[in-house]
Amino acid sequence: MIKQDRISLTIDGFKVDVAPGTTVMQAADRVGVHIPRLCYHPKLSILGACRICIVELKKEGRMVASCSYPVEEGMVVVTSSPKLRRYRRDIVELILDNHPKDCQTCVRDGNCELQNAAYSLGVRERLFEGERKSFARDESSPSIQRDPEKCILCGRCVRVCDEVQGVTNLWQQFRGFESVAAPAHNNEIKHSVCIHCGQCVNVCPTASIVEKNTTDELFEALADPEMTVVVQTAPSIRAALGEGFGYSPGTPVTGKMVTALNLMGFDAVFDTNLGADLTIIEESEEFLNRLESGDDLPLITSCSPGWISFMETFYPHLIPYASTCKSPMSMLSSLIKTYYAETREIDPEKIYSVAVMPCTAKKFEAARDEHKTDWGAPYTDNVITTRELIWMCKCMGINFRRLPDSQFDSPLGVSTGGGDIFGTTGGVTEAALRTAYEKITGETLDELDFMAVRGVEGLREATIELAGREINIGVANGLQNAKELFDRLSAGEKQYHLLEIMACPGGCVGGGGQPYPPEDTFSLDPELVKSRAKALYSIDSNKKLRKSHENPAIQELYTYYLGEPNGERSHQLLHTCYKPNKRRGIR
Amino acid sequence: MAQLLNGESIQSIDGKARIFVCMGGGCVSSGAEEILKLLTQKIRRLETAVELEILGEQVNFDSDSAHPSGCDGFCDQGPLIRIDPPGLIYTRVTPEDVDQIVEMTVKQGQVIEELCYHDPEGKVYELDEELPFYCNQKKLALASCGRINPESFSDYRRLGGYQALEKVLTEMSPEDVWREIRVSGLRGRGGAGFPTGLKWKHCYEQQADQKYIIANCDEGDPGAFMDRNLMEGDPYRIIEGMIIGAYATGASQGYVYIRIEYPLAIKRVKKTIAKLREKGYLGKNILDSGFAFDLSIRRGAGAFVCGEETALIHSVEGRRGMPRPRPPYPTVSGLWGKPTVINNVETFANIPTIISRGADWFASIGPKTSPGTKVFALAGDVVNTGLVEIPMGITLKEVVEEIGGGVAGGKKLKAVQTGGPAGGCIPAEELDIKIDFDSLAVKGSIMGSGGMIVLDEDTCMVDLAKYFIQFSRDESCGKCTPCREGNTRLLEILERITRGAGKENDIYLLRRLAEVQQQTSLCGLGKSAPNPVLSTLDYFEDEYKKHIFDRECPAGACRYLVTYEIDEEACIGCGACKRVCPVDCISGASRKPHLIDQETCIKCGQCYEVCNFAAVRR
Amino acid sequence: MNRDYSLSSEIVQSLQDFSEKNRPESYLIPALQMVQESYGFLSREHLDEVALLLRVPYAKVTGVASFYHFFNFKPSGENEIVICTGTACHVRGAGAVLDRFLEELQVKLEQPTEDGRFSVTDARCVGACAQAPVVIIGEKVYSKVTPDDVPEILSEYGFEADS
Ligand SMILES: Cc1cc2nc3c(=O)[nH]c(=O)nc-3n(C[C@H](O)[C@H](O)[C@H](O)COP(=O)(O)O)c2cc1C
Ligand code: SF4
Ligand code: SF4
Ligand code: SF4
Ligand code: SF4
Ligand code: SF4
Ligand code: SF4
Ligand code: SF4
Ligand code: SF4
Ligand code: FES
Ligand code: FES
Ligand code: FES
Repeated sequence: MIKQDRISLTIDGFKVDVAPGTTVMQAADRVGVHIPRLCYHPKLSILGACRICIVELKKEGRMVASCSYPVEEGMVVVTSSPKLRRYRRDIVELILDNHPKDCQTCVRDGNCELQNAAYSLGVRERLFEGERKSFARDESSPSIQRDPEKCILCGRCVRVCDEVQGVTNLWQQFRGFESVAAPAHNNEIKHSVCIHCGQCVNVCPTASIVEKNTTDELFEALADPEMTVVVQTAPSIRAALGEGFGYSPGTPVTGKMVTALNLMGFDAVFDTNLGADLTIIEESEEFLNRLESGDDLPLITSCSPGWISFMETFYPHLIPYASTCKSPMSMLSSLIKTYYAETREIDPEKIYSVAVMPCTAKKFEAARDEHKTDWGAPYTDNVITTRELIWMCKCMGINFRRLPDSQFDSPLGVSTGGGDIFGTTGGVTEAALRTAYEKITGETLDELDFMAVRGVEGLREATIELAGREINIGVANGLQNAKELFDRLSAGEKQYHLLEIMACPGGCVGGGGQPYPPEDTFSLDPELVKSRAKALYSIDSNKKLRKSHENPAIQELYTYYLGEPNGERSHQLLHTCYKPNKRRGIR
Repeated sequence: MAQLLNGESIQSIDGKARIFVCMGGGCVSSGAEEILKLLTQKIRRLETAVELEILGEQVNFDSDSAHPSGCDGFCDQGPLIRIDPPGLIYTRVTPEDVDQIVEMTVKQGQVIEELCYHDPEGKVYELDEELPFYCNQKKLALASCGRINPESFSDYRRLGGYQALEKVLTEMSPEDVWREIRVSGLRGRGGAGFPTGLKWKHCYEQQADQKYIIANCDEGDPGAFMDRNLMEGDPYRIIEGMIIGAYATGASQGYVYIRIEYPLAIKRVKKTIAKLREKGYLGKNILDSGFAFDLSIRRGAGAFVCGEETALIHSVEGRRGMPRPRPPYPTVSGLWGKPTVINNVETFANIPTIISRGADWFASIGPKTSPGTKVFALAGDVVNTGLVEIPMGITLKEVVEEIGGGVAGGKKLKAVQTGGPAGGCIPAEELDIKIDFDSLAVKGSIMGSGGMIVLDEDTCMVDLAKYFIQFSRDESCGKCTPCREGNTRLLEILERITRGAGKENDIYLLRRLAEVQQQTSLCGLGKSAPNPVLSTLDYFEDEYKKHIFDRECPAGACRYLVTYEIDEEACIGCGACKRVCPVDCISGASRKPHLIDQETCIKCGQCYEVCNFAAVRR
Repeated sequence: MNRDYSLSSEIVQSLQDFSEKNRPESYLIPALQMVQESYGFLSREHLDEVALLLRVPYAKVTGVASFYHFFNFKPSGENEIVICTGTACHVRGAGAVLDRFLEELQVKLEQPTEDGRFSVTDARCVGACAQAPVVIIGEKVYSKVTPDDVPEILSEYGFEADS
């Protein structure tokens, strides 16, 4: 057999030349012919389930699913004809017939792949309506909400949870008309091994899996004159929020974001980046201590609650290696109800602390017992995602694009570039190195960009010299990659000193609470994640202060309030502990 | 010596006659086990060999003459006893008959006429070769089924078993083998009819460190039991075919995938594998040829769709049996991504014969494009239900009338359904069509794996379509939209039609949906599920229309469309109907004609059943 | 592993053997069959233990178990009445026989009677089409069954209708 290196075919009359192994759909994309699709996802394995991507092979007179059919030499493909349109329309109607008629009251109204398909394929009446499947809604998790009645069985969530996150919490359950994508035993999320990362939310084409929406509570709090409502925004929000208002991905919108929050009625707008700077101080101290004693190495970062749940469920033996630092959000929240309350003389019980996060896992983190105050309230009262913030702006009539810029409030609104880059994979490591370097050597670091740890690849390794010592670093984003890193770790071929683990592919810029991807991109798209990360790096490089320990607000904090890094007070407020999950994960 | 394998008539090899008591599913359900037990007890007591003549054949019996066998095919007449030679068949044997069989036939060589088959005209048939049920068949795959003890290696060996494998290993290269099968024209018996030799060639040509071969004994078609009876009745043959296939394709590991509902078949295959390992026909170095091959069993777990090859592979891998898109085909990327050949049990059953008698001989049977024979499970409203094997190319009519003995109970033939839930109905007028892969397809049905159901005039075609759609709906794996959702909608439409709530454009909707499903479903299940609807629509559209527009079921089968009425003249007023009616809608004074309140009647039919005076009409 | 399993030690042992083989996941169905055959059904606990012992994620294990009809998650009745609804049996009236069983026992398909003594399931061809319609209870096969035979069959197992 002769192996060809190019295959030529005709798609709707266009001649195309592609590599063998390409699918018909990919070849069509190449020439700008868009074939409708629902179950296909470029970063996940191919399923071929929805069937709306069918095309006709002219010579054979046969319909095939273009997402899974490989190109063949001389193939003649027709992607659009009255017959194909009718088939696709009927398939979409069949999906709709087994789907609640909820569009007008649905969170994804206007932003739903099924709705779009129904519209563009012209489903204007129902021919086959009948029995619908019936499942209870699962609202058991503080992070993720499932409505299996809206599930179209595209299997994307199943695949992302398994292939990208290595959690395998969701799988098809039951069979036939009764099938559903759900955790084991069709259990509620609460009783599952879910780590709350929200990647399933990002890939779900419908509202079948969404974040647990907590905006109602927030509106209540904002309207309550008794409460001081304080908000903080994570580093990666400013890099993605604009997408909700038509800005192209990677447009930083920090100033407008602050203005919007002011308009909404928040009493103070703080920057989680300050929490990030603080994390760096605490964590690099911890790192240097461990480096010195040689104990509990490698140090594993702890700012990603998705990763923390993953560790507690799947790798409990790694708990001693994890940094005890709280996440930047939780650090800042602790300070809001202590330091800020004390300095402003506000009753901390009258503070309602809100965090805007790229992350569904942060909702879970905020609800953990470890993050509660002495009086039993959570330090962070409410976590909303980027998506929820976008919607709130729209709800409140904020014309985002027209907003002027504003500044974060003090005292918790000042941050360095080190804090900004927390939002992307490798950022924590880079920021920590900037600080650790100066601490350990006492010299000023001139070259601040540690290119070796930058990038969006899921798994990266670097060796960096730190005061004559070789420091081996591993950076992983996406938990399947983390697993690979741990395999290398347990193989013991190399001594690692620092591991940075981010649950979400690309880090928080690709978090489970980030906006649904605008047209022409898709969730998990490395280009999308890269442009958001680029925004963060540009904010960083435009800042005068780029090393966390240079943050004047932080210096003040230590001087007047916390004392020493890793000291008693900071331990009490800024550190936490982990415990193995009762339900052991299986990988 | 190898004659039996080739489907020719039986000869005594060692001068011994064997009494086979059929232990197939049909005969067991009519009480064969007890008969075998009694017979064995009695035969064991025979001390010396009895030399005698039965129907002109010189044979002897000894204490080892009673044997169980697999299904002999003539299930309707079970429990069945065969005495080979001369091929004497006793039908509907009861435990009370056993004494007489031993005393008269075994000890004296006399034929007991009452136990022989009597046709409806009363004519008596003693020998299988005279019986219309048998003499119109041609048994290749089933050649030894019913005529050997399926658990005995030596029994199969005695009749030439494993000579084909020996020939392959000593005289043929793998290419020779798949070429031979290609030339024979054998097409897969699992339904799709793909040329087996070509499939083997594709697998053979793949470069891989590991290849697999799988026997598909999932047989989920409701109303089919060909593969089961082959596995139970002649397991050594199937495995011989598999080893030959493994040699031809380069597979070193094989799996037999059997429905868990077939415990006996599983037990038999297990024993067969153990025995063959012991004898050196399976293992690291088969018969010193250097060829290595071994087999394991995987039991299905109750999913029709697992008969589909990619679903089957997933099931063996320990996953949900959901098909995946092809290409790549299993011969390129199958079990664990390795080249894999999957064949039906009956396909394998044909292999030894083709090797022993040659491709040309096989190719000469039946039409050029569909040579060989096909096994059918003949059932439904036909006199002689059972397992039959016919040469391709004979007509449906010959099967129904000559082998099957026509429609049971003097009713009129309406149609014949072939291919199960993937197939269609051939109406009585079209019965002259030839049975082969291509001819059946032209008429909107398929050969399928071998279910053949005869339907009489009392069958409602809408109800039948509904039955199959219900099946496909229940068995859809749920992966792809058209099948998962479409079958439910087809079922709903058919249900409302049979309930008398059909809508004017329902026929249009059925056809439209059926087309989408056929064209766009992922696997064969979804693609072929609408076939029963379409073929009944093609031939019996009027019957659909009667249901929809006249709210009438011509066959009287649709419960909601029949009315029960009491004939005043015939009713003697006994009150029996009144007592059984679950909704108390029958009124009438004692010894006066009774009356049914049509508004309340739920059409349960109990009054109809209970009336001894045929006064309740429907 | 010094963990207590509620599965019997023989089964735990076999599952551990499976887990040491090449591709343990491919033994998932045999493992589930083994558990079902010894306990009559798959409890949540047992499913989770199979998952742990074979190292197959829980969701996959229940996904597989709930896919195949053979597995059930509740114990079935002491006397399981299997009614063949294969095509041959269907055209010869299996539907009415099935309905009659359900009616007599006042149950739904696959749900045991309150006293747990009976349950009714359907099967697709039990290979005795010639004797259609066919009903199987335990080892016993009833052939050419009509609805009217049903009370008598049930009475063999000590069931009496209370009407
Ligand atoms: C839904 C479905 C069910 C099937 N069931 C069976 C079956 O029970 N037995 C079988 O041999 N083939 C079955 N097949 C066909 C197989 O996919 C496959 O084509 C066959 O086993 C190949 O063997 P053959 O070439 O020897 O026929 C089924 C196909 C489909 C689509
Ligand atoms: S998920 Fe989409 S199609 Fe479904 S109700 Fe919501 S908006 Fe409508
Ligand atoms: S889209 Fe149509 S149905 Fe929905 S609100 Fe607007 S007009 Fe009404
Ligand atoms: S939130 Fe993450 S872990 Fe949980 S089900 Fe979704 S993808 Fe899986
Ligand atoms: S929950 Fe969403 S992503 Fe998952 S299968 Fe259903 S529709 Fe697809
Ligand atoms: S990577 Fe970021 S968004 Fe994802 S779970 Fe971790 S903190 Fe949340
Ligand atoms: S056609 Fe039916 S059985 Fe086949 S993959 Fe689709 S849903 Fe599953
Ligand atoms: S059972 Fe028959 S005869 Fe008796 S009352 Fe009813 S209809 Fe009349
Ligand atoms: S069919 Fe049933 S409900 Fe109707 S009258 Fe007869 S017994 Fe009563
Ligand atoms: S996109 Fe191809 S089948 Fe769903
Ligand atoms: S079962 Fe005995 S002849 Fe078929
Ligand atoms: S259909 Fe009932 S036994 Fe075959």
